[in-house]
Amino acid sequence: MQVPAPFDYVRATSVADALDLLERHGPESRVVAGGHSLLPMMKLRLARPEWLIDINDVAELDHVTRDGDWLRVGALTRHATLLSSALVGELFPIVHDAERVIADPVVRNRGTIGGSLGQADPAEDLTTVCDVLRARVVVTGRAGERVIGMDEFHRGPYETACEQSELITEVRFPIRPRSGSAYEKVERRVGDWAVAAAGALLVLADDGTVADATIGLTALGLEGCAVDAAAVLLGAHPSEEVFAEAGRLAAAASSPVEDQRGPVDYKRHLADELTRRVLRSAATRAGAGVLTATTGG
Amino acid sequence: MTELAERPANPAATAADRPIGFGRIQRKEDPRFVRGRGRYVDDIVLPGMLHGAILRSPMAHARLVSIDTTEALAHPKVHAVITGRDLEGLNLAWAPTLSADVQAVLATAKVRFQGQEVAFVVADDRYAARDALELIDVEYEELPPVVDVRRALDPGAPVIRDDKEGQTDNHIFDWEAGDRAETDAVFAAAEVVVSEEVVYPRVHPAPMETCGAVADYDPVDGKLTLYETTQAPHAHRTLFAMVAGIPEHKIRVISPDIGGGFGNKVGIYPGYILAVVGSIVTGRPVKWMEDRSENLMSTSFARDYVMRGEVAATRDGKILAVRTQVLADHGAFNATAQPTKYPAGFFSIFTGSYDLQAAHCSVTGVYTNKAPGGVAYACSFRVTEAVYLVERMVDVLAAELEMDPAELRLRNFIRPEQFPYKNKTGWEYDSGDYEPTMQLALRMAGYEELRREQAEKRSRGELMGIGLSFFTETVGAGPRKHMDIVGLGMADGAEVRVHPTGKAVVRLSVQSQGQGHETTFAQILAEELGIPPEDIDVVHGDTDQTPFGLGTYGSRSTPVSGGAVALAARKVKEKARAIAAAMLETRPEDLEWEKGRWYVKGDPGVGKTIAEIALGAHGTVELPEGIDGNLDAEVTYDPPNLTFPFGAYVCVVDVDRGTGKVHVRRFVAVDDCGTRINPMIIEGQVHGGLADGVGMALMEFIGFDEQGNNLGGSFMDYLIPTAMEVPDWETGHTVTPSPHHPIGAKGIGESATVGSPPAVVNAVVDALAPFGVRHMDMPCTPARVWEAMQGRPTPPI
Repeated sequence: MQVPAPFDYVRATSVADALDLLERHGPESRVVAGGHSLLPMMKLRLARPEWLIDINDVAELDHVTRDGDWLRVGALTRHATLLSSALVGELFPIVHDAERVIADPVVRNRGTIGGSLGQADPAEDLTTVCDVLRARVVVTGRAGERVIGMDEFHRGPYETACEQSELITEVRFPIRPRSGSAYEKVERRVGDWAVAAAGALLVLADDGTVADATIGLTALGLEGCAVDAAAVLLGAHPSEEVFAEAGRLAAAASSPVEDQRGPVDYKRHLADELTRRVLRSAATRAGAGVLTATTGG
Repeated sequence: MTELAERPANPAATAADRPIGFGRIQRKEDPRFVRGRGRYVDDIVLPGMLHGAILRSPMAHARLVSIDTTEALAHPKVHAVITGRDLEGLNLAWAPTLSADVQAVLATAKVRFQGQEVAFVVADDRYAARDALELIDVEYEELPPVVDVRRALDPGAPVIRDDKEGQTDNHIFDWEAGDRAETDAVFAAAEVVVSEEVVYPRVHPAPMETCGAVADYDPVDGKLTLYETTQAPHAHRTLFAMVAGIPEHKIRVISPDIGGGFGNKVGIYPGYILAVVGSIVTGRPVKWMEDRSENLMSTSFARDYVMRGEVAATRDGKILAVRTQVLADHGAFNATAQPTKYPAGFFSIFTGSYDLQAAHCSVTGVYTNKAPGGVAYACSFRVTEAVYLVERMVDVLAAELEMDPAELRLRNFIRPEQFPYKNKTGWEYDSGDYEPTMQLALRMAGYEELRREQAEKRSRGELMGIGLSFFTETVGAGPRKHMDIVGLGMADGAEVRVHPTGKAVVRLSVQSQGQGHETTFAQILAEELGIPPEDIDVVHGDTDQTPFGLGTYGSRSTPVSGGAVALAARKVKEKARAIAAAMLETRPEDLEWEKGRWYVKGDPGVGKTIAEIALGAHGTVELPEGIDGNLDAEVTYDPPNLTFPFGAYVCVVDVDRGTGKVHVRRFVAVDDCGTRINPMIIEGQVHGGLADGVGMALMEFIGFDEQGNNLGGSFMDYLIPTAMEVPDWETGHTVTPSPHHPIGAKGIGESATVGSPPAVVNAVVDALAPFGVRHMDMPCTPARVWEAMQGRPTPPI
């Protein structure tokens, strides 16, 4: 049995209480929600917080609400809740695509969206999903809330704009008409971290051309979105040709590293392949018509 | 689950149909497991028990400069800290392995693999023990490690085992079987020769329950009670007597419920010995239970064979000969578990299921800076490697000849009239009838239809593969005159007692790790004596309560102890006949047997049931001369030969051309394990082994980086398949009993693990045929499959 180093434990009853506890116990305290990243690291003694502040009782953080042109998702919302929400699936199919391949049901029953974003693992799926959907993250401190974009929130692997004394409280997704989104991951086995994954959002104009597009990559060494790849789509009709060009540019934007999951050229190939695949799905979901015949690969 | 026409509904569901003997009955042991009432080593709690933890080397190869235990000893909950130096004083720093080598219990001068045992802490609880490990200060001086097995014998390679006198390189053994000259001559004259390097990479059995022990040494009477995760409690008792110097009658080894073994729990690990030392030193019981990473990094791995395989054949598809040279990575200590005369296990069965003119294999074992072990993971003593090699190479030959691989196999099988068949490396296959088994598998799979579908898909650019394997196992080790482990003959015992009321107990020397012994062995006794299985208690896993024997591995429980139970039951039956004759006032030869009862010939209404006879035996019946007052018997069974189960497997995969991802769509497994005792248990064993095989073929792999760091040290890195990666298994069977086994049973425990990896890899390679791929090594991960498509199917090591 792997056992963590000694630590103390306290349950927060509200956001305000959690913030007080963070303040009181200082820099060596950590918030625990689903615990699927933190607890294994503690058992391996890679993480050694002195205090665990458990926010699982903070019911105000567990909600999925439509609010005008925004979908508001509480930070404590479980993966399983997102996956079982018809509203989420209808507005943002990319979320369901991603949630279906996040770990396994046991993890999804417990893990949370706030935990995923806060952990900011480079192979973590929801960061890419939030990048692609241009989500905004609500970070709450004793001084109040900050609502920030993903580009500001996500600073790199394992690093976010959420300070030690703050709490991620909500994620807000803008609802876009005539949009379609998709996510696809390659993993060696269900529950393994991604070898690579890609996500895309397409918003169509009335004439069927692409009005807005974002492409994100997971575990491929790209922070934020593949801007150049998305740019070639703007104003174009969705087609295999432009998807191929976007795939090529996404691959060029990636900078994967070799590991047990594969060599660099394979991962770069996946950036291309998966980008094209998610663009096809996103276009179909956005209601794009038959794609032009393809000559590209 | 796929229902097959020949498979009857499960009569276990209805008590009325329960067979008294062979047939489908639900496992007797399952109610306690499904209700969480199993009792595993970690469930053992003794009064005053302390907890041990092991400090392990972070380096693969380093000189131990110093160990400072002062701070750890000062921890208020720590009772003892033991180092290699302390053990040297007790002459316990080194322990003999099962392969005539020694292994460090705690490192002394050097550490030789990452994860090696360096110090042992005994504390009040397991948390404190782990905390104290961090207080031990070890200074290492790093040495260059030997990681690449292909370079282990290079001149100038660092010598790992400088503890062994006269050892000047990393060579362990050279071993060969078959006739080299004869084989070379056949190859020289052959029309077609194919050759391929085939790697069976290092994998790990990864049982759900990790290894552990609770040692309870009583300083007053000098008796050691040792609860252990072991597949071989009796062999461990004897070895502990030899190593620790505790008299054997003062040692009791108890192997309670075991959460999976797969060969991982055959050997004696340093942790077991350290628990004993800890108990002796502190005078209190000591529990040691390793964690997952310790299990993956330090206990017996499996395989790690680099094989050069060659097949000689005629142009029209007659296989003439096979030969191979193998480089075997044994890690830092040669600690494989196998019969003494077989340093490469039963690898020489690599002639497979084919009638050949010649065969030769040579195996060179070497040391590397990796964990020791080698024979584990349901491998039947390296039959896994052998079957993988020959079944992979037959497909390579089929590709060369542009011949259907099913046709090629059918053309070369040993024919039924050739059994018992002596192969070219010295084995005598007991029985077999291969073609019907192969044909059944092909029929169940719809082989021709699958080939049509494949052709259609290929024309569209889709990648579909169909893989076959036909394996012959050699299990049930083994005849004492040929097979022993550290001098202990590989026989096994059984004791049968029929109580006065007709209920019975059977005591076994083998130990279940999940195979269903409590049911299977009750059924053997039930079949022989007519006592219902639920009226039979099966006792195993406690050396004080069971007869001596070598334990459960190599699919040997049914072939060896199963024989012992049947023969002991037959002794009881003959004794019952004499007692029944006395009770019926007739002569024994005038009685006839029907299941559970002796009756008078020609007068079936007059007879005595086993229960009546048992009461008579223990009662006041005047017993015949030479018959004592019980219905008990015991047998130690020395099998005259091994048994040779076989089977035909068909795997169908789809490969995603864009990502390299392999999807196992179907798997058909037709097994022949001779007489089938409990078909439901057999199917369970096959299902588990198939999942193992898919895992090894697609994802399981323990790699190392250049520094010798283990890259498979957790379940995040060492992948085992889930329900999502395996298809519904389609199982079928044929029955070719073993002619020499008392009930004709051959063993099934490892067939599927042995037979399935080549079927999966053959399917993947078949799918990649449009890219000109003839071979790729396991694991067929998406990246490696994609690389194979790019024309570089590189070996994993």
